[in-house]
Amino acid sequence: MAKAANQRVLPGFGLSLGYTLVYLSILILLPLGGMVLKTSSLGLGQIIDIATGDRALAAFRVTFGASAIAALINAVFGLIVAWILVRYSFPGKRLIDALVDLPFALPTAVAGITLATLYAGNGWVGRWLEPFGIKVAYTPWGIVVALTFIGLPFVVRTLQPVIEDIEPEVEEAAASLGASRWQTFSRVIFPAIGPALLTGATLAFSRAVGEYGSVIFIAGNMPLISEITPLLIISKLEQYDVLGATALAVVMLAISFVLLLAINALQWWAANRHRGEIQELPRP
Amino acid sequence: MTSRAATQEPRWVRLLLLSLGLGFLFFFLGLPLLAVFTEAFAQGWPAYREALLEPETRSAILLTIAIAVAVLPFNILFGVAAAWAIAKFDFRGKSLLITLIDLPFAVSPVVAGLIFILLFGSNGTFGPWLQAHDLRVIFAVPGMIIATLFITFPFVARELIPLMQTQGKDEEEAAVSLGASGWQMFWRVTLPNIKWGLLYGVILANARAMGEFGAVSVVSGHIRGETNTLPLHVEILYNEYNQIGAFAAASVLALLALVTLVAKTVVEWRMRRETEMLTATLPPEKTAS
Repeated sequence: MAKAANQRVLPGFGLSLGYTLVYLSILILLPLGGMVLKTSSLGLGQIIDIATGDRALAAFRVTFGASAIAALINAVFGLIVAWILVRYSFPGKRLIDALVDLPFALPTAVAGITLATLYAGNGWVGRWLEPFGIKVAYTPWGIVVALTFIGLPFVVRTLQPVIEDIEPEVEEAAASLGASRWQTFSRVIFPAIGPALLTGATLAFSRAVGEYGSVIFIAGNMPLISEITPLLIISKLEQYDVLGATALAVVMLAISFVLLLAINALQWWAANRHRGEIQELPRP
Repeated sequence: MTSRAATQEPRWVRLLLLSLGLGFLFFFLGLPLLAVFTEAFAQGWPAYREALLEPETRSAILLTIAIAVAVLPFNILFGVAAAWAIAKFDFRGKSLLITLIDLPFAVSPVVAGLIFILLFGSNGTFGPWLQAHDLRVIFAVPGMIIATLFITFPFVARELIPLMQTQGKDEEEAAVSLGASGWQMFWRVTLPNIKWGLLYGVILANARAMGEFGAVSVVSGHIRGETNTLPLHVEILYNEYNQIGAFAAASVLALLALVTLVAKTVVEWRMRRETEMLTATLPPEKTAS
Protein backbone atom coordinates (compact mmCIF):
# COMPACT_ATOMS: atom_id res chain seq x y z
CA MET A 1 0.00 0.00 0.00
CA ALA A 2 1.30 3.45 -0.82
CA LYS A 3 2.47 5.54 2.09
CA ALA A 4 0.63 8.71 1.06
CA ALA A 5 -2.67 6.87 0.78
CA ASN A 6 -2.07 5.28 4.18
CA GLN A 7 -1.73 8.63 5.89
CA ARG A 8 -5.17 9.75 4.90
CA VAL A 9 -7.00 6.60 5.98
CA LEU A 10 -6.90 7.24 9.73
CA PRO A 11 -8.61 10.35 11.12
CA GLY A 12 -7.41 12.80 13.73
CA PHE A 13 -3.88 13.60 12.60
CA GLY A 14 -4.32 17.36 12.59
CA LEU A 15 -6.29 17.39 15.83
CA SER A 16 -3.95 15.15 17.82
CA LEU A 17 -0.71 16.70 16.56
CA GLY A 18 -2.11 20.20 16.97
CA TYR A 19 -3.20 19.55 20.53
CA THR A 20 0.15 17.93 21.34
CA LEU A 21 2.11 20.89 20.02
CA VAL A 22 -0.06 23.54 21.68
CA TYR A 23 -0.03 21.79 25.07
CA LEU A 24 3.73 21.13 24.85
CA SER A 25 4.39 24.76 23.96
CA ILE A 26 2.20 26.31 26.65
CA LEU A 27 3.26 24.06 29.51
CA ILE A 28 6.89 23.27 28.72
CA LEU A 29 8.54 25.22 25.92
CA LEU A 30 7.27 28.77 26.52
CA PRO A 31 7.90 28.71 30.30
CA LEU A 32 11.42 27.35 29.79
CA GLY A 33 12.04 29.85 27.01
CA GLY A 34 10.71 32.62 29.22
CA MET A 35 13.25 31.78 31.89
CA VAL A 36 16.13 31.82 29.42
CA LEU A 37 14.85 35.15 28.09
CA LYS A 38 14.73 36.54 31.61
CA THR A 39 18.44 35.96 32.04
CA SER A 40 19.17 37.91 28.86
CA SER A 41 18.53 41.04 30.93
CA LEU A 42 21.46 39.94 33.06
CA GLY A 43 23.95 39.42 30.27
CA LEU A 44 26.41 36.60 29.99
CA GLY A 45 29.08 38.30 32.10
CA GLN A 46 26.80 38.64 35.08
CA ILE A 47 25.55 35.07 34.80
CA ILE A 48 29.13 33.86 34.86
CA ASP A 49 29.84 36.10 37.86
CA ILE A 50 26.90 34.61 39.78
CA ALA A 51 27.71 31.04 38.76
CA THR A 52 31.37 31.37 39.74
CA GLY A 53 30.83 33.00 43.12
CA ASP A 54 32.39 31.11 46.05
CA ARG A 55 29.11 29.67 47.31
CA ALA A 56 27.82 28.77 43.84
CA LEU A 57 31.08 27.10 42.84
CA ALA A 58 31.16 25.10 46.06
CA ALA A 59 27.54 24.05 45.48
CA PHE A 60 28.33 22.90 41.93
CA ARG A 61 31.31 20.97 43.23
CA VAL A 62 29.23 19.21 45.89
CA THR A 63 26.34 18.53 43.46
CA PHE A 64 28.46 17.11 40.66
CA GLY A 65 30.95 15.35 42.91
CA ALA A 66 28.28 13.54 44.92
CA SER A 67 26.28 12.76 41.77
CA ALA A 68 29.34 11.27 40.08
CA ILE A 69 30.24 9.10 43.08
CA ALA A 70 26.63 7.94 43.41
CA ALA A 71 26.48 7.13 39.67
CA LEU A 72 29.70 5.13 39.99
CA ILE A 73 28.37 3.17 42.99
CA ASN A 74 25.19 2.49 41.03
CA ALA A 75 27.15 1.39 37.97
CA VAL A 76 29.07 -1.23 39.98
CA PHE A 77 26.23 -2.52 42.15
CA GLY A 78 23.58 -2.01 39.46
CA LEU A 79 25.57 -4.32 37.17
CA ILE A 80 25.78 -6.94 39.92
CA VAL A 81 22.06 -6.63 40.76
CA ALA A 82 21.00 -6.79 37.10
CA TRP A 83 23.25 -9.82 36.58
CA ILE A 84 21.92 -11.82 39.52
CA LEU A 85 18.32 -10.89 38.67
CA VAL A 86 18.69 -12.16 35.09
CA ARG A 87 21.09 -15.07 35.45
CA TYR A 88 20.65 -16.57 38.90
CA SER A 89 17.64 -18.02 40.64
CA PHE A 90 17.06 -17.50 44.33
CA PRO A 91 14.00 -17.39 46.59
CA GLY A 92 12.04 -14.15 46.52
CA LYS A 93 13.56 -13.10 43.22
CA ARG A 94 10.36 -11.74 41.66
CA LEU A 95 9.56 -9.73 44.77
CA ILE A 96 13.05 -8.25 44.85
CA ASP A 97 12.85 -7.52 41.13
CA ALA A 98 9.63 -5.56 41.68
CA LEU A 99 11.13 -3.75 44.67
CA VAL A 100 13.98 -2.34 42.56
CA ASP A 101 11.58 0.35 41.32
CA LEU A 102 10.92 1.56 44.88
CA PRO A 103 13.09 4.70 44.52
CA PHE A 104 10.91 5.76 41.55
CA ALA A 105 7.69 5.19 43.48
CA LEU A 106 8.67 6.44 46.93
CA PRO A 107 8.21 10.21 47.33
CA THR A 108 11.60 11.86 47.69
CA ALA A 109 10.71 13.55 51.00
CA VAL A 110 9.98 10.14 52.52
CA ALA A 111 13.30 8.80 51.26
CA GLY A 112 15.02 11.88 52.65
CA ILE A 113 13.74 11.71 56.23
CA THR A 114 14.14 7.92 56.33
CA LEU A 115 17.74 7.91 55.15
CA ALA A 116 18.57 10.80 57.50
CA THR A 117 17.10 8.82 60.41
CA LEU A 118 18.92 5.62 59.40
CA TYR A 119 22.33 7.25 59.01
CA ALA A 120 22.16 9.70 61.95
CA GLY A 121 24.51 8.93 64.83
CA ASN A 122 21.77 7.07 66.72
CA GLY A 123 20.19 5.45 63.63
CA TRP A 124 20.22 1.78 62.68
CA VAL A 125 23.17 2.20 60.33
CA GLY A 126 24.75 5.32 61.79
CA ARG A 127 25.34 3.79 65.22
CA TRP A 128 27.56 1.08 63.70
CA LEU A 129 29.60 3.62 61.75
CA GLU A 130 29.97 6.18 64.55
CA PRO A 131 32.51 4.12 66.61
CA PHE A 132 34.79 4.07 63.56
CA GLY A 133 34.60 7.84 63.30
CA ILE A 134 32.53 7.61 60.11
CA LYS A 135 29.82 10.26 59.90
CA VAL A 136 27.40 10.00 57.00
CA ALA A 137 24.29 12.02 57.86
CA TYR A 138 24.77 15.81 57.72
CA THR A 139 27.98 15.49 55.69
CA PRO A 140 28.57 15.31 51.90
CA TRP A 141 28.57 11.50 52.26
CA GLY A 142 24.92 11.73 53.26
CA ILE A 143 24.27 13.37 49.89
CA VAL A 144 26.00 10.44 48.18
CA VAL A 145 23.77 7.97 50.08
CA ALA A 146 20.58 9.81 49.08
CA LEU A 147 21.65 10.10 45.44
CA THR A 148 22.63 6.41 45.33
CA PHE A 149 19.14 5.52 46.51
CA ILE A 150 17.50 7.82 43.95
CA GLY A 151 19.57 6.52 41.04
CA LEU A 152 19.45 2.82 41.91
CA PRO A 153 16.82 1.65 39.36
CA PHE A 154 18.37 3.35 36.32
CA VAL A 155 21.39 1.08 35.83
CA VAL A 156 19.51 -2.09 36.80
CA ARG A 157 16.58 -1.41 34.49
CA THR A 158 18.76 -0.33 31.57
CA LEU A 159 20.96 -3.41 31.86
CA GLN A 160 18.35 -6.13 32.50
CA PRO A 161 16.93 -6.36 28.95
CA VAL A 162 20.40 -6.14 27.43
CA ILE A 163 21.73 -9.00 29.56
CA GLU A 164 18.61 -11.03 28.71
CA ASP A 165 19.33 -10.50 25.01
CA ILE A 166 22.87 -11.90 25.09
CA GLU A 167 22.66 -15.08 23.08
CA PRO A 168 23.96 -18.14 24.92
CA GLU A 169 25.64 -19.33 21.71
CA VAL A 170 28.11 -16.46 21.94
CA GLU A 171 29.21 -17.45 25.41
CA GLU A 172 29.32 -21.12 24.45
CA ALA A 173 31.48 -20.29 21.44
CA ALA A 174 33.91 -18.34 23.62
CA ALA A 175 34.02 -21.15 26.17
CA SER A 176 34.52 -23.86 23.55
CA LEU A 177 37.39 -21.85 22.07
CA GLY A 178 39.09 -22.16 25.43
CA ALA A 179 38.23 -18.85 27.09
CA SER A 180 38.01 -18.85 30.85
CA ARG A 181 34.78 -17.55 32.38
CA TRP A 182 36.50 -14.25 33.25
CA GLN A 183 37.84 -13.90 29.69
CA THR A 184 34.36 -14.56 28.32
CA PHE A 185 32.96 -11.90 30.61
CA SER A 186 35.56 -9.22 30.00
CA ARG A 187 35.98 -9.78 26.24
CA VAL A 188 32.51 -10.90 25.12
CA ILE A 189 29.83 -9.96 27.63
CA PHE A 190 31.18 -6.68 28.93
CA PRO A 191 31.64 -5.08 25.47
CA ALA A 192 28.05 -6.07 24.68
CA ILE A 193 26.58 -4.43 27.77
CA GLY A 194 29.06 -1.55 28.06
CA PRO A 195 26.97 1.06 26.21
CA ALA A 196 23.89 0.23 28.29
CA LEU A 197 25.92 0.42 31.50
CA LEU A 198 27.18 3.86 30.50
CA THR A 199 23.66 4.97 29.53
CA GLY A 200 22.22 3.81 32.85
CA ALA A 201 24.96 5.54 34.84
CA THR A 202 24.44 8.76 32.86
CA LEU A 203 20.68 8.61 33.53
CA ALA A 204 21.39 8.16 37.24
CA PHE A 205 23.87 11.05 37.17
CA SER A 206 21.46 13.31 35.33
CA ARG A 207 18.68 12.58 37.83
CA ALA A 208 21.05 13.08 40.77
CA VAL A 209 22.23 16.51 39.61
CA GLY A 210 18.74 17.98 39.84
CA GLU A 211 17.60 16.05 42.92
CA TYR A 212 16.34 18.07 45.86
CA GLY A 213 13.78 16.34 48.10
CA SER A 214 15.77 13.32 49.24
CA VAL A 215 19.00 15.26 49.72
CA ILE A 216 18.09 18.24 51.89
CA PHE A 217 17.15 16.18 54.95
CA ILE A 218 20.39 14.21 55.12
CA ALA A 219 22.83 16.81 53.77
CA GLY A 220 23.10 19.18 56.72
CA ASN A 221 23.00 21.97 54.13
CA MET A 222 26.09 23.85 55.30
CA PRO A 223 26.99 26.54 52.76
CA LEU A 224 30.33 25.81 51.01
CA ILE A 225 30.40 22.25 52.42
CA SER A 226 27.17 20.31 51.95
CA GLU A 227 24.89 22.69 50.07
CA ILE A 228 23.63 21.46 46.70
CA THR A 229 22.83 23.78 43.80
CA PRO A 230 19.02 23.22 43.83
CA LEU A 231 18.98 24.24 47.50
CA LEU A 232 21.09 27.32 46.74
CA ILE A 233 18.53 28.28 44.08
CA ILE A 234 15.77 28.04 46.67
CA SER A 235 17.64 30.02 49.30
CA LYS A 236 18.30 32.77 46.74
CA LEU A 237 14.58 32.79 45.95
CA GLU A 238 13.74 33.07 49.64
CA GLN A 239 16.04 36.10 49.88
CA TYR A 240 14.14 37.66 46.94
CA ASP A 241 17.25 37.31 44.75
CA VAL A 242 15.16 36.10 41.82
CA LEU A 243 17.78 37.03 39.22
CA GLY A 244 20.50 35.17 41.10
CA ALA A 245 18.27 32.11 41.38
CA THR A 246 17.39 32.35 37.68
CA ALA A 247 21.03 32.62 36.65
CA LEU A 248 21.89 29.42 38.53
CA ALA A 249 18.76 27.71 37.17
CA VAL A 250 19.75 28.54 33.59
CA VAL A 251 23.19 27.04 34.16
CA MET A 252 21.54 23.90 35.57
CA LEU A 253 19.17 23.81 32.61
CA ALA A 254 22.05 24.05 30.14
CA ILE A 255 23.80 21.16 31.89
CA SER A 256 20.57 19.12 31.81
CA PHE A 257 20.33 19.68 28.04
CA VAL A 258 23.91 18.54 27.53
CA LEU A 259 23.19 15.41 29.58
CA LEU A 260 19.99 14.77 27.63
CA LEU A 261 21.92 15.03 24.35
CA ALA A 262 24.61 12.73 25.75
CA ILE A 263 21.97 10.16 26.71
CA ASN A 264 20.42 10.35 23.24
CA ALA A 265 23.85 9.92 21.64
CA LEU A 266 24.58 6.94 23.89
CA GLN A 267 21.26 5.42 22.88
CA TRP A 268 22.14 5.71 19.18
CA TRP A 269 25.56 4.27 19.82
CA ALA A 270 24.09 1.35 21.74
CA ALA A 271 21.47 0.82 19.02
CA ASN A 272 24.16 0.64 16.35
CA ARG A 273 25.97 -2.04 18.29
CA HIS A 274 22.82 -3.80 19.28
CA ARG A 275 20.82 -4.97 16.26
CA GLY A 276 19.90 -1.39 15.38
CA GLU A 277 17.03 -1.18 17.84
CA ILE A 278 16.61 1.86 20.04
CA GLN A 279 16.21 0.71 23.62
CA GLU A 280 13.41 2.06 25.79
CA LEU A 281 15.02 3.77 28.74
CA PRO A 282 13.76 3.75 32.31
CA ARG A 283 12.64 7.11 33.63
CA PRO A 284 11.54 8.14 37.10
CA MET B 1 27.47 -30.67 32.04
CA THR B 2 30.92 -29.49 30.97
CA SER B 3 29.58 -26.88 28.54
CA ARG B 4 27.35 -25.55 31.32
CA ALA B 5 30.31 -25.16 33.62
CA ALA B 6 32.19 -23.21 30.97
CA THR B 7 29.39 -20.72 30.51
CA GLN B 8 28.68 -20.24 34.20
CA GLU B 9 30.61 -18.53 36.94
CA PRO B 10 32.32 -20.72 39.53
CA ARG B 11 30.21 -21.36 42.60
CA TRP B 12 32.15 -19.01 44.87
CA VAL B 13 31.79 -16.16 42.36
CA ARG B 14 28.04 -16.74 42.19
CA LEU B 15 27.76 -16.68 45.98
CA LEU B 16 29.90 -13.54 46.15
CA LEU B 17 27.80 -11.71 43.53
CA LEU B 18 24.57 -12.80 45.17
CA SER B 19 25.63 -11.57 48.59
CA LEU B 20 27.01 -8.28 47.22
CA GLY B 21 23.88 -7.59 45.16
CA LEU B 22 21.37 -8.63 47.78
CA GLY B 23 23.35 -6.88 50.52
CA PHE B 24 23.30 -3.66 48.50
CA LEU B 25 19.55 -3.95 47.94
CA PHE B 26 19.02 -4.71 51.62
CA PHE B 27 20.86 -1.57 52.72
CA PHE B 28 19.38 0.75 50.12
CA LEU B 29 15.83 -0.62 49.71
CA GLY B 30 14.96 -3.04 52.49
CA LEU B 31 16.20 -1.05 55.47
CA PRO B 32 14.60 2.28 54.45
CA LEU B 33 11.26 0.59 53.79
CA LEU B 34 11.41 -1.16 57.14
CA ALA B 35 12.49 2.04 58.91
CA VAL B 36 9.53 4.11 57.63
CA PHE B 37 7.00 1.82 59.25
CA THR B 38 9.06 1.11 62.38
CA GLU B 39 9.45 4.83 63.06
CA ALA B 40 5.77 5.48 62.34
CA PHE B 41 4.67 2.84 64.86
CA ALA B 42 7.46 3.58 67.37
CA GLN B 43 4.91 4.62 69.97
CA GLY B 44 2.22 2.18 69.04
CA TRP B 45 -0.97 2.22 67.05
CA PRO B 46 -2.88 4.88 69.09
CA ALA B 47 -0.13 7.47 68.63
CA TYR B 48 0.02 6.61 64.93
CA ARG B 49 -3.74 6.96 64.55
CA GLU B 50 -3.76 10.24 66.41
CA ALA B 51 -0.94 11.62 64.24
CA LEU B 52 -2.86 10.79 61.08
CA LEU B 53 -6.10 12.27 62.36
CA GLU B 54 -4.50 15.69 63.00
CA PRO B 55 -6.59 18.20 61.03
CA GLU B 56 -3.52 19.53 59.19
CA THR B 57 -2.42 16.05 58.15
CA ARG B 58 -5.92 15.28 56.99
CA SER B 59 -6.20 18.45 54.93
CA ALA B 60 -2.75 17.67 53.45
CA ILE B 61 -3.97 14.23 52.39
CA LEU B 62 -7.09 15.73 50.82
CA LEU B 63 -5.13 18.40 48.92
CA THR B 64 -2.70 15.74 47.64
CA ILE B 65 -5.58 13.68 46.27
CA ALA B 66 -7.30 16.77 44.83
CA ILE B 67 -4.18 17.82 42.93
CA ALA B 68 -3.71 14.32 41.51
CA VAL B 69 -7.36 14.21 40.42
CA ALA B 70 -7.00 17.61 38.75
CA VAL B 71 -3.79 16.67 36.95
CA LEU B 72 -4.48 13.15 35.66
CA PRO B 73 -7.16 13.99 33.02
CA PHE B 74 -4.72 16.42 31.35
CA ASN B 75 -2.05 13.72 31.32
CA ILE B 76 -4.42 11.16 29.80
CA LEU B 77 -5.67 13.54 27.11
CA PHE B 78 -2.18 14.66 26.17
CA GLY B 79 -0.73 11.15 26.34
CA VAL B 80 -3.35 9.67 24.02
CA ALA B 81 -3.20 12.62 21.58
CA ALA B 82 0.60 12.62 21.39
CA ALA B 83 0.82 8.84 21.02
CA TRP B 84 -1.88 8.83 18.32
CA ALA B 85 -0.07 11.46 16.25
CA ILE B 86 3.38 9.93 16.74
CA ALA B 87 2.54 6.23 16.42
CA LYS B 88 -0.01 6.26 13.61
CA PHE B 89 1.34 8.94 11.26
CA ASP B 90 4.61 9.88 9.62
CA PHE B 91 5.78 13.45 9.80
CA ARG B 92 9.01 15.39 9.91
CA GLY B 93 10.56 16.21 13.28
CA LYS B 94 9.00 13.20 14.99
CA SER B 95 12.12 12.20 16.90
CA LEU B 96 12.63 15.80 18.00
CA LEU B 97 9.07 15.82 19.32
CA ILE B 98 9.70 12.60 21.27
CA THR B 99 12.82 14.14 22.80
CA LEU B 100 10.90 17.30 23.74
CA ILE B 101 8.21 15.23 25.47
CA ASP B 102 10.94 13.72 27.66
CA LEU B 103 12.29 17.17 28.51
CA PRO B 104 10.62 17.58 31.95
CA PHE B 105 12.50 14.47 33.16
CA ALA B 106 15.77 16.29 32.53
CA VAL B 107 14.77 19.48 34.34
CA SER B 108 15.42 19.70 38.09
CA PRO B 109 12.15 19.93 40.04
CA VAL B 110 13.43 23.11 41.68
CA VAL B 111 14.00 24.69 38.26
CA ALA B 112 10.52 23.53 37.21
CA GLY B 113 9.04 25.38 40.16
CA LEU B 114 11.15 28.46 39.48
CA ILE B 115 10.00 28.88 35.87
CA PHE B 116 6.40 29.27 37.05
CA ILE B 117 7.42 31.79 39.72
CA LEU B 118 9.02 33.81 36.92
CA LEU B 119 5.74 33.63 34.96
CA PHE B 120 3.10 34.03 37.65
CA GLY B 121 4.96 35.48 40.69
CA SER B 122 4.23 39.06 41.81
CA ASN B 123 7.17 40.36 39.74
CA GLY B 124 6.64 37.80 37.01
CA THR B 125 5.49 38.19 33.42
CA PHE B 126 1.80 37.80 34.23
CA GLY B 127 2.12 38.96 37.86
CA PRO B 128 0.66 42.48 37.49
CA TRP B 129 -2.23 41.21 35.36
CA LEU B 130 -3.07 38.47 37.90
CA GLN B 131 -2.90 40.98 40.73
CA ALA B 132 -5.17 43.41 38.92
CA HIS B 133 -7.74 40.65 38.56
CA ASP B 134 -7.25 39.45 42.13
CA LEU B 135 -6.06 36.01 41.04
CA ARG B 136 -3.45 34.01 42.90
CA VAL B 137 -1.41 31.33 41.18
CA ILE B 138 1.86 31.28 43.08
CA PHE B 139 1.66 30.36 46.78
CA ALA B 140 -1.76 28.93 45.95
CA VAL B 141 -3.25 25.71 44.66
CA PRO B 142 -3.37 26.66 40.93
CA GLY B 143 0.42 27.10 40.89
CA MET B 144 0.86 23.72 42.56
CA ILE B 145 -1.36 22.11 39.93
CA ILE B 146 0.59 23.74 37.09
CA ALA B 147 3.93 22.66 38.59
CA THR B 148 2.62 19.10 38.97
CA LEU B 149 1.38 19.14 35.36
CA PHE B 150 4.90 20.05 34.26
CA ILE B 151 6.54 17.33 36.34
CA THR B 152 4.13 14.56 35.29
CA PHE B 153 3.92 15.68 31.64
CA PRO B 154 5.78 12.77 29.96
CA PHE B 155 4.51 9.75 31.90
CA VAL B 156 1.40 8.65 29.96
CA ALA B 157 2.74 9.63 26.54
CA ARG B 158 5.99 7.72 26.89
CA GLU B 159 4.15 4.53 27.88
CA LEU B 160 1.67 4.79 25.00
CA ILE B 161 4.02 5.81 22.15
CA PRO B 162 6.08 2.58 21.98
CA LEU B 163 2.99 0.45 22.68
CA MET B 164 0.97 1.99 19.84
CA GLN B 165 3.97 1.90 17.53
CA THR B 166 4.31 -1.87 17.95
CA GLN B 167 0.56 -2.35 17.51
CA GLY B 168 0.68 -0.63 14.14
CA LYS B 169 -2.38 0.75 12.42
CA ASP B 170 -3.87 -2.29 10.65
CA GLU B 171 -6.77 -2.73 13.06
CA GLU B 172 -7.77 0.94 12.98
CA GLU B 173 -7.55 1.01 9.19
CA ALA B 174 -9.77 -2.05 9.01
CA ALA B 175 -12.31 -0.38 11.30
CA VAL B 176 -12.35 2.81 9.23
CA SER B 177 -12.57 0.99 5.90
CA LEU B 178 -15.54 -0.98 7.28
CA GLY B 179 -17.27 2.34 7.88
CA ALA B 180 -16.57 3.15 11.51
CA SER B 181 -16.51 6.81 12.45
CA GLY B 182 -13.41 8.24 14.10
CA TRP B 183 -14.88 8.03 17.58
CA GLN B 184 -16.26 4.52 17.04
CA MET B 185 -12.81 3.41 15.93
CA PHE B 186 -11.21 5.03 18.96
CA TRP B 187 -13.61 3.66 21.60
CA ARG B 188 -14.00 0.16 20.12
CA VAL B 189 -10.58 -0.57 18.65
CA THR B 190 -7.85 1.76 19.91
CA LEU B 191 -8.86 2.15 23.55
CA PRO B 192 -9.32 -1.59 24.25
CA ASN B 193 -5.89 -2.18 22.70
CA ILE B 194 -4.09 0.41 24.79
CA LYS B 195 -6.03 0.19 28.06
CA TRP B 196 -3.29 -1.58 30.03
CA GLY B 197 -0.57 0.71 28.76
CA LEU B 198 -2.74 3.72 29.53
CA LEU B 199 -3.38 2.43 33.05
CA TYR B 200 0.34 1.83 33.51
CA GLY B 201 1.15 5.41 32.56
CA VAL B 202 -1.61 6.74 34.81
CA ILE B 203 -0.30 4.72 37.77
CA LEU B 204 3.20 6.15 37.32
CA ALA B 205 1.91 9.69 36.78
CA ASN B 206 -0.30 9.43 39.86
CA ALA B 207 2.58 8.25 42.06
CA ARG B 208 4.68 11.17 40.89
CA ALA B 209 1.83 13.68 41.24
CA MET B 210 1.10 12.63 44.81
CA GLY B 211 4.75 12.37 45.81
CA GLU B 212 6.26 15.42 44.11
CA PHE B 213 8.23 17.57 46.51
CA GLY B 214 10.73 19.98 44.94
CA ALA B 215 8.62 21.68 42.27
CA VAL B 216 5.53 21.93 44.47
CA SER B 217 7.60 23.16 47.41
CA VAL B 218 8.92 26.12 45.39
CA VAL B 219 5.49 27.36 44.30
CA SER B 220 3.45 26.43 47.40
CA GLY B 221 4.53 29.04 49.95
CA HIS B 222 4.03 26.40 52.68
CA ILE B 223 0.77 27.79 54.05
CA ARG B 224 -0.38 25.29 56.66
CA GLY B 225 -3.81 23.81 56.11
CA GLU B 226 -4.00 25.58 52.75
CA THR B 227 -1.14 24.79 50.39
CA ASN B 228 0.40 21.82 52.15
CA THR B 229 0.46 18.54 50.30
CA LEU B 230 1.39 15.42 52.19
CA PRO B 231 5.07 15.41 51.13
CA LEU B 232 5.38 19.07 52.16
CA HIS B 233 3.67 18.32 55.46
CA VAL B 234 6.20 15.54 56.08
CA GLU B 235 8.95 18.14 55.83
CA ILE B 236 7.24 20.56 58.23
CA LEU B 237 6.60 17.88 60.87
CA TYR B 238 10.14 16.52 60.53
CA ASN B 239 11.66 19.98 60.96
CA GLU B 240 9.54 20.46 64.08
CA TYR B 241 11.10 17.28 65.51
CA ASN B 242 7.69 15.62 65.41
CA GLN B 243 9.20 12.26 64.47
CA ILE B 244 5.98 10.24 64.96
CA GLY B 245 3.86 12.70 62.98
CA ALA B 246 6.41 12.96 60.16
CA PHE B 247 6.78 9.21 59.80
CA ALA B 248 3.05 8.56 60.17
CA ALA B 249 2.48 10.88 57.20
CA ALA B 250 5.47 9.33 55.43
CA SER B 251 4.07 5.84 55.99
CA VAL B 252 0.92 6.80 54.06
CA LEU B 253 3.12 7.86 51.14
CA ALA B 254 5.23 4.70 51.47
CA LEU B 255 2.04 2.66 51.35
CA LEU B 256 1.07 4.55 48.20
CA ALA B 257 4.48 3.62 46.75
CA LEU B 258 3.96 -0.06 47.60
CA VAL B 259 0.47 -0.06 46.08
CA THR B 260 1.98 1.59 43.00
CA LEU B 261 4.61 -1.13 42.71
CA VAL B 262 2.04 -3.91 43.08
CA ALA B 263 -0.34 -2.32 40.55
CA LYS B 264 2.55 -1.76 38.16
CA THR B 265 3.67 -5.38 38.46
CA VAL B 266 0.15 -6.69 37.89
CA VAL B 267 -0.34 -4.48 34.82
CA GLU B 268 3.07 -5.47 33.44
CA TRP B 269 2.08 -9.11 33.86
CA ARG B 270 -1.26 -8.55 32.07
CA MET B 271 0.41 -6.70 29.22
CA ARG B 272 2.97 -9.45 28.76
CA ARG B 273 0.23 -12.10 28.73
CA GLU B 274 -1.78 -10.18 26.18
CA THR B 275 1.14 -9.73 23.80
CA GLU B 276 1.99 -13.42 24.22
CA MET B 277 -1.57 -14.39 23.35
CA LEU B 278 -1.47 -12.00 20.40
CA THR B 279 1.80 -13.31 19.03
CA ALA B 280 0.65 -16.91 19.56
CA THR B 281 -2.43 -16.40 17.37
CA LEU B 282 -0.66 -14.46 14.62
CA PRO B 283 1.03 -16.15 11.66
CA PRO B 284 4.81 -16.42 12.15
CA GLU B 285 5.78 -13.63 9.72
CA LYS B 286 3.87 -11.18 11.90
CA THR B 287 5.72 -12.12 15.07
CA ALA B 288 9.18 -11.41 13.69
CA SER B 289 10.02 -7.91 14.82
